Amino acid sequence: MPVFTLRINGKEYKTDVAADTPLLWVLRDHLGLVGTKYGCGIAQCGACTVHIDGNPVRSCTLPVSAVKTAKVTTIEGLSKDGDHPVQLAWDEIDVPQCGYCQAGQIMTAAALLKRNPKPTVQQIEDAMHGNLCRCGAYHRIREAIISASKKI
Amino acid sequence: MSTLNKTSRRDFLKISSLTGGGLVLGFSWFGSDAAPVILNSSTVADLNFNSYLSIATDGTITILSPNPELGQNVMTSFPMIVADELDADWNKVKVMQAPLDKKFDRQLTGGSGAIPHSWKRLRTAGATARYLLIAAAAKKWNVDASECTAENSFVIHTKTGNKLSYGELAEDASKITVPADVQLKNRKDFKLIGKAIKNVENKNIITGKGIFGLDVYRDGMVYAMIQRPPAFGTKIKSVDDKAAKAMPGIIDVVTFKNNVAVVGKSTWEVMKARKVLKVEYEKDGNIESTADHNQLFTTMLNSDNAQVRRKDGDVETAFKNAAKVITSEYQCPFLPHSPMEPMNFFADVRADGVELIGATQTPGSALTQVSKLLNIPEDKINVTITRLGGGFGRRLKFDFVVEAAELSSIIKKPVKLIWTKEDDMTGGSYRPAVRYRFQAALDASGNLIGYKLRGAGINVGNSTRENNFPSGAVDNLLIDTVDHQSPITTGAWRAPVTNFLAYAEQSFIDEVAHAAGKDPVQFRLELLQKARTNKVGTINYNIDRMETVIKTVAEKSGWGKKKDVSLGFSVYFSHQSYVGQVAEAIMKDGKPVIKKIYAVSDCGEVINKSGALQQVMGAIVDGYGHAMFGKLSFKEGAPEQTNYHNYRMIRMKEIPEVDAYFIDNGIDPTGLGEPALPPTGGAVANAIFKATGIRLKQQPFVDEKLFNPA
Repeated sequence: MPVFTLRINGKEYKTDVAADTPLLWVLRDHLGLVGTKYGCGIAQCGACTVHIDGNPVRSCTLPVSAVKTAKVTTIEGLSKDGDHPVQLAWDEIDVPQCGYCQAGQIMTAAALLKRNPKPTVQQIEDAMHGNLCRCGAYHRIREAIISASKKI
Repeated sequence: MSTLNKTSRRDFLKISSLTGGGLVLGFSWFGSDAAPVILNSSTVADLNFNSYLSIATDGTITILSPNPELGQNVMTSFPMIVADELDADWNKVKVMQAPLDKKFDRQLTGGSGAIPHSWKRLRTAGATARYLLIAAAAKKWNVDASECTAENSFVIHTKTGNKLSYGELAEDASKITVPADVQLKNRKDFKLIGKAIKNVENKNIITGKGIFGLDVYRDGMVYAMIQRPPAFGTKIKSVDDKAAKAMPGIIDVVTFKNNVAVVGKSTWEVMKARKVLKVEYEKDGNIESTADHNQLFTTMLNSDNAQVRRKDGDVETAFKNAAKVITSEYQCPFLPHSPMEPMNFFADVRADGVELIGATQTPGSALTQVSKLLNIPEDKINVTITRLGGGFGRRLKFDFVVEAAELSSIIKKPVKLIWTKEDDMTGGSYRPAVRYRFQAALDASGNLIGYKLRGAGINVGNSTRENNFPSGAVDNLLIDTVDHQSPITTGAWRAPVTNFLAYAEQSFIDEVAHAAGKDPVQFRLELLQKARTNKVGTINYNIDRMETVIKTVAEKSGWGKKKDVSLGFSVYFSHQSYVGQVAEAIMKDGKPVIKKIYAVSDCGEVINKSGALQQVMGAIVDGYGHAMFGKLSFKEGAPEQTNYHNYRMIRMKEIPEVDAYFIDNGIDPTGLGEPALPPTGGAVANAIFKATGIRLKQQPFVDEKLFNPA
């Protein structure tokens, strides 16, 4: 199996896996970065969202071989101590219910605010359309993004 | 309301010096007869107590959270109740998930029952610790305990203003005799209860800590997935696992019962190998399709062989004498629970014992079942409960726990069994499908003189709640059910039965009100008044509480006063709580859109304002989303929807606004994880009727012609 060198959260990792292994399972099974979640495996729920060079990407359908030299950011690397404005807003608004989808929600929201720090409600809803929350915490997810956008 | 809570001395236990000093209080919530004993670390395991609440000498207060946490926020609300009675500094409270311990009574998550069950127990726990700390301080100061009070983790001598922290007092408190009775707070003195307190696990969740079942990794662990029959009513005929076994990273393929388990070194390798399994299946029971079920419903509704659930008065005569008869049918499909975290469990079955770790709503039942299956005594099995990535009833069933344990016992390795989302959606234990036929008889003045409900279900059992409203308010009433036994497995789904019954019933009551020429709110209030003055038979709801909820939500929503929007009303009693809802519809591009849902809940005392609001908002999104979009249909025994690409779940831009209120009545708390869900479908359907004149008789609404003009 080929050895891949990945740049994740500012660190370099080497992993020896099949080329078609989705980044999600490399993160979880091989590198111990379990914050990125498996939800559907077909890029429909957004629980596995990570940043690839700053863009939100569904890691469950991204083969590790496609990552190449791109910079990967996972929820563990979004901030040093959970103090990214989106993470702080998530706590302030008390967003999580079961919490399983929230890493993906936060990563999508953080990427949105990076490219558009003052999104309209409709832009928020469009950007978050790919992230499912089975608990239905959508009201507070939206509120937290609005709150974070005011502080960025 | 201040109560002297008499709790038997034998329900308490202090354990000193177990955690390096301080006070450790153990409680037997199991009804043990063991007398209170001061324990040391060598004897504690033998007794029917668990160390539940501890106060360390540095002031850290550790509270165990027994019930599995799946988003109902019990891990925050339970300790809030203890800490309030304890007058603890909330910032010094640490909460830990307790492992399965049969000494906890009711260590499960289901039925919206955790808070109602434990309310008094938790308060007593906190109040007992507070008593001991105050007694210890009084002794130290050589004053009477009545001169002392507690606040924010300090005991204060009111006359002198002297203060001692809980940490300083913990050691001495462990030497005080546990009281037989403790005084509980007056609710006006609550400092935490009723406030908005943030989820204690927020930090872990937002930083991606591995707190869920799927995040469990252990040294030497292997990964497994199971190929199960693709259609209900089939079984394995033959297995060719040669190609799968030859795939990279595969350790073994084993077949047991109707399961073909692929075991390997990583999730992805197992997923890939599973795709090259060649398994043939053969018929093993009825092979059913949704089209068959639709015919079956008709047969069942017309059957002469129904089980009578309730009969009041003379229904036949009432209908014969009626000035008007209204008949209507409502139908709801199967639904998967579809929590975001697919089923999974870790199991390590060794000669010396069993380790089970993962996300389950019923750790105790899972343990019992594994013990029976593997013939291993229960005390050799440890169950560690992780956070659950959603449950909604799916994790009440412990099939995946038993599978993991059985597989580990066969391959003799620690294994993490993982279900894919497709396994989850096609693997059964669905919300059952049901069709109802309602009939109402009105006299010439529009009074409801007769009521009939026939429930036809597939694996529901009793698809009605025969003592719920409007029973008690109608002189002549018949409720009966017919059920079909299907190989399609079903189970409890958030607010079982009421999640579809409430939609159907509240839609029908709206129909009857319109037919009687009465306002839907007024019509319900008249029925309640009838039940109050001239109650028929037994009822399980409280008339006053339901009436208050109806009136309050009518007022909050501006019922009868709004001109530019169409309002739909619904009210429902479930899990001992009352929730009234009003949905607000507008027309946009020729289609109705639900803009807002008002909700008024009476769940008694609200513990955590933030968590309670989350439960109501989430339940409404859940109820609305599934009523609008949720559908699992079958073709020749196999589900036609397999994952989120063809099973539609509500997304952010589709949610209505929610305006939620609570009745502040100080009644002991009742359930809240489920009760806000049942009324939503009816409120929405009634608002859409008001906006369009069209009754939505079948879920999901989005399949109805109204949303799909030719």
